[in-house]
Amino acid sequence: MMLQITNLHATVADKPILKGLNLTLNAGEIHAIMGPNGAGKSTLGYVLSGRPGYEVTEGSVTFNGEDLLGMEPHERAAAGLFLGFQYPVEIPGVSNVQFLREALNAQRQHRGEAPLSGAEFLKVAREQAGALGMDMDMLKRPVNVGFSGGEKKRNEMVQMGIIDPCLAILDETDSGLDIDALRVVGDGINRIMRKPDKTVLLITHYQRLLDYVKPDFVHVLADGRITRTGGPELALELEREGYRELAA
Amino acid sequence: MTDDSAIKDQAAWDAADKVADYEHGWSSDIETDFAPKGLNEDTVRFISAKKNEPEWMLEWRLKAFAMWKTMTPPDWAKLNVPPIDYQDAYYYAAPKAKPKLNSLDEVDPEILRVYEKLGIPIAEQEVLAGVEGARKVAVDAVFDSVSVATTFRAELERAGVIFRSISEAIKEYPELVKKWLGKVVPMHDNYFATLNCAVFSDGTFVYIPEGVRCPMELSTYFRINAENTGQFERTLIVADKGSYVSYLEGCTAPMRDENQLHAAVVELVALDDAEIKYSTVQNWYPGDAEGKGGIYNFVTKRALCQGRNSKVSWTQVETGSAVTWKYPSCVLNGENSVGEFYSVAVTNNYQQADTGTKMIHNGKGSRSTVVSKGISAGHSNNTYRGLVRVAPNAEGVRNFTQCDSLLLGSLCGAHTVPYIEVRNPSAQIEHEATTSKISDDQLFYAMQRGLGQEEAVALIVNGFAKEVLQQLPMEFAVEAQKLLGISLEGSVG
Repeated sequence: MMLQITNLHATVADKPILKGLNLTLNAGEIHAIMGPNGAGKSTLGYVLSGRPGYEVTEGSVTFNGEDLLGMEPHERAAAGLFLGFQYPVEIPGVSNVQFLREALNAQRQHRGEAPLSGAEFLKVAREQAGALGMDMDMLKRPVNVGFSGGEKKRNEMVQMGIIDPCLAILDETDSGLDIDALRVVGDGINRIMRKPDKTVLLITHYQRLLDYVKPDFVHVLADGRITRTGGPELALELEREGYRELAA
Repeated sequence: MTDDSAIKDQAAWDAADKVADYEHGWSSDIETDFAPKGLNEDTVRFISAKKNEPEWMLEWRLKAFAMWKTMTPPDWAKLNVPPIDYQDAYYYAAPKAKPKLNSLDEVDPEILRVYEKLGIPIAEQEVLAGVEGARKVAVDAVFDSVSVATTFRAELERAGVIFRSISEAIKEYPELVKKWLGKVVPMHDNYFATLNCAVFSDGTFVYIPEGVRCPMELSTYFRINAENTGQFERTLIVADKGSYVSYLEGCTAPMRDENQLHAAVVELVALDDAEIKYSTVQNWYPGDAEGKGGIYNFVTKRALCQGRNSKVSWTQVETGSAVTWKYPSCVLNGENSVGEFYSVAVTNNYQQADTGTKMIHNGKGSRSTVVSKGISAGHSNNTYRGLVRVAPNAEGVRNFTQCDSLLLGSLCGAHTVPYIEVRNPSAQIEHEATTSKISDDQLFYAMQRGLGQEEAVALIVNGFAKEVLQQLPMEFAVEAQKLLGISLEGSVG
């Protein structure tokens, strides 16, 4: 298995958010986590990626057999974990190209691989940007500065394509997207991540992204725990019935 | 393990840490000729005699020395500097060498190794280390008190460019030197400039003749090596009508526990339609993490934009020194003359910087741009101090000033002190200032993409400083980017 979460408890500013969460993700699977606001969905993404301030008080997480919680955030990235941010961050004065090349080469160095040259990197970047309908001028602009909400999400997907992780945790990647952008992003997730050796954890409020990215499993996260697990039909049921009925 | 060996181990670790923090902190064992310690009229005479200077130069120095004795150090900067004992230092230290050098081959190999280790190309076939596609750069290497080599002389002379140590220029081109020395920064200008007039030991002289575009970058590389020694260099650059020159300056010093004084004077003169681009990467030893040691950097830099349409652009990256007191300025006398000041000043640990510029608009239609990026970390204090002055009959003056401060941590300070004196109603003056912190969001975002914490800080800081860094010639920009990261190591966490 790729990721095994066992009895995970976590607090933010001493407030318990995750309260005994169990989840197993295998390679080749796409999982969706749905649930009401405040259930701990984004917290799960931050805990798994090692954000400071999110404290694990109990439980364990193994990632490809290694203790994930013992790693620094950049080590988790180098080990193949990618977090698609709900609110991608602006970094003034640093171009996307520079940011991603440095990040990718830092990961490669960590894994003992040779760095990509400028030309090699640009080739990859051009391919990925092209596939997501983003022009190179945008890649040369500072990271997320002046990007619309939709452009920022698209940029997250371009980054995912360039970094090519084995586990992508996508935190509300669908929010703020119009229908056309939703399709582009959905196609991107399928193209980059729908592979036998890769796993996706989609965190979402809505069924609509799941029309484009078919999940193998759907989980309901409520009050810090997984309360139900099912197939794609569970998402439709949630959409119809609401969380209140199903979460209890 | 016994206590004793534990202590030794700790000492070894500490030493290793120190070296890792400041990579230019080693010193070289080079036989050195010192002036007797202390400062009096004899010291001034000693220096002048060592240089075989003409009588007029000695008189000039002695006049300055007499003046200096009546002066007191400036106290208006936001700096906390313990009193300096001017008698407890050497004012002249020169590597013992053959009496006269005719070519690079005669420079002490030990000194050549110092520059090699620093990555400075003083052999002409070399270019700056590790940079793809670097252009040729002519170098004046100033080691402690004297210039040990200037390169590419022949090639520059074919273009009519004079590139000499100032000691040579005083003897070879006395009329040119006399005409401009002390004309931009007058002898009585300030305490440190006056001291420099009395005891300056070397520096660089550049003259670009009318209509000549200098065929390569010129640079001076300053290295303080000897202990207890002050460095007082003097640079004079004259760009005649319609000429252009780009000049680079770099500096490093060994790590020593005592503070060392560096009091330089730089004078630039730009005549009609001339342009001078002056770039500095200042990386003097900043002192250790507890604030012990480091260079006191009291520097007076000023440009006279004398001619119509003349232009001077100062770009500085200040990462070193325990104390920096420095205001590269432009006196914009020429009609439609242009002054620019681009600055990145980084302070970490207990460093203090009070730096900025003065734009003195006397000429009609003169324009100036000031972009200052201050980055403070640790317990440091970083002040931008800037003056924009518009004279009564300077019509149509414009100035734009932007001061941005970035804070890392909660124990450091950033201060902005703008002075604006406008005596002509047609002037347009803009001043913008921001203060921000590196956000946790930015750091985490960069780390999630694979960057270690220090790499992430370096990336974000370089982005913050980009407008200034892109003003630097390519070779220097690469060095400066690395330096920003190194200077801030250990500042977050």
